[in-house]
Amino acid sequence: MEWVNAIIQGILIGGLYALFAAGLSLIFGVMRLVNIAHGDFIVAAAYLAYVVVAATGLHPLVSLVIIVPLSAVAGYALQAGILNRTIGDDLLPPLLVTFGLSVILQNGMLELFTADSRKLDAGLLDIQNFNLLPGVNIGYMPLLMFVAAIIVIAGLQYIFYRTSLGRAFRAVSDDGEIAQIMGLDNRKIFAAAMALSFGVIAIAGVFLAVRANFDPFVGPSRLIFGFEAVIIGGLGNLWGTLVGGIILGVAQAIGAQIDPGWQLLAGHIAFLLVLAIKPRGLFPRIDG
Amino acid sequence: MNTSITRATPESRIMAIVSILLIALLAAAPWWGKTADLRLIGEFMIYLSLACLWNLLAGYAGLISVGQQAYVGFGGYMLFTCAIYLGISPLLAIPVAGVLGALISVPVALLVFRLRGAYFAIGTWVVAEVFRLGFAQISSLGGGSGTSLPIKVMKEMARSKWMREMMVFETALLLGVGTLLVTYLLLRSRIGLGLTAIRDSEVASVSLGVRIERIKLITYVAVAGITSMIGALIFITKLRITPDAAFSVNEWTAFVIFIVVIGGIGTIEGPILGTIIFFLLREYLSDLGSLYLMLLGGMAIIIMIVAPKGIWGYVRERFDLSLFPVGYRVKLDK
Repeated sequence: MEWVNAIIQGILIGGLYALFAAGLSLIFGVMRLVNIAHGDFIVAAAYLAYVVVAATGLHPLVSLVIIVPLSAVAGYALQAGILNRTIGDDLLPPLLVTFGLSVILQNGMLELFTADSRKLDAGLLDIQNFNLLPGVNIGYMPLLMFVAAIIVIAGLQYIFYRTSLGRAFRAVSDDGEIAQIMGLDNRKIFAAAMALSFGVIAIAGVFLAVRANFDPFVGPSRLIFGFEAVIIGGLGNLWGTLVGGIILGVAQAIGAQIDPGWQLLAGHIAFLLVLAIKPRGLFPRIDG
Repeated sequence: MNTSITRATPESRIMAIVSILLIALLAAAPWWGKTADLRLIGEFMIYLSLACLWNLLAGYAGLISVGQQAYVGFGGYMLFTCAIYLGISPLLAIPVAGVLGALISVPVALLVFRLRGAYFAIGTWVVAEVFRLGFAQISSLGGGSGTSLPIKVMKEMARSKWMREMMVFETALLLGVGTLLVTYLLLRSRIGLGLTAIRDSEVASVSLGVRIERIKLITYVAVAGITSMIGALIFITKLRITPDAAFSVNEWTAFVIFIVVIGGIGTIEGPILGTIIFFLLREYLSDLGSLYLMLLGGMAIIIMIVAPKGIWGYVRERFDLSLFPVGYRVKLDK
């Protein structure tokens, strides 16, 4: 039963990893940009939630109504103000600019919030659980997180394939120049994609803050988890990121069950195995 | 009108002489400097090498790695393994670490080369994490809390402390200058021609018959080997190793990236200029702590947006200057 429990908890954590991955996958799909600071922005959103909750006394999950729009505006501004200048044939500028942002964010958060680790209190949701099988208890919070991941991915999928904005995303992704001839403004569409990605970042940030302790330096490993989920699931496939996240979560849970020191290592090894056997991921949609 | 093709320029000839004099002066540092000077110059040489190597990867071969700390740390741990368990003297362990680093980089390359561009970058980071977590599991090397070089090992290296300082310093100088020289000669060679072609356009170089996968692999493995040697040297000077220090992304990759970006990526002179700027900034601003790091990151971002070829790239375009020429140019004789 211990193993069944570990695997089920791993699946639920996979939802959080899918939330880390979805925003990353979205912007890579639209503009081939990999945001190295993605994880640090998730942590920044977590701190934002911390501040908002402290100031207003709202429940962390309710604070999302403030944090998601704020974060989306920040994403739009970041893309329109800085990142659009770096987008081109050369991969180096966007990569190095977001790398610089990552260092600035980490140290900025250290200045503002010190290195103490923090956690958001979700009240009863944090501690209540129900009994699924003998020996397997499911917490409401992890379950909620998993459901949130499914809703977010379904929402992104809907926007991508059923709305005019999504059509514009797919158009600039397929051929930016032709899309411009057809009257689309690439810069605005990129900024809209980044805003959407930052909306997801905000959700991921709040769940990160509720689930576990965080400090200014946990961003890079969130980026890595998200990235691994993207690659395992297959580039450009949003539902794939959920599968990728689950595989990563289960691998970590199994690793931790064998030896606590093996938790992260097992996740990385699962990723490297997929890379060795199916380099394009399990369900690839686009070419890297 | 006659034309001639030259590689050397007047300023490059002057620079060659200046470099030789400067290296001679530095090599004599133990006779004019104090321990603190030796350590500073040694550290300068370490960052200079790391910058040159990263520039070779990212600036020429198009392999943007944020995981070079994997090889720094690997080299460091190989040094400790050699010195503690195999009885190999630390200085001799440096080339051993280099060979082992190059060997392990081959399977790593086979995996991460499956990822393209930006995802390659994060893939290399994952590998570095695997190395860090892996070495943290090896209890004979101290596990997560690390281990120190036994005093006995250091005593066997040389009798007096000063003698050891001097040996480590000269090794650092040798590795620093050696890396610079190897990069320079490599870029002037056939492989360098291929690398420069890849830098300018991957598609065009493939169509002209440049075997880019092969050249990339050779470059990656060579850089990994030399980086491991530098890693071994770093931990001779530190005397103590922990997984977090050995595989630190900030110390061994972020700083190096900032050095190269600020100095000028894809040029020989850029990393040298960048390392000088980095050390000057550090001298005056490192008291600012995290603000200093934010400043470095901010500088790198501004340079990447305003002048993507860095300070040296700007100087070169403005004044048509080349101190260490790798290409040929056509000269018109009047």
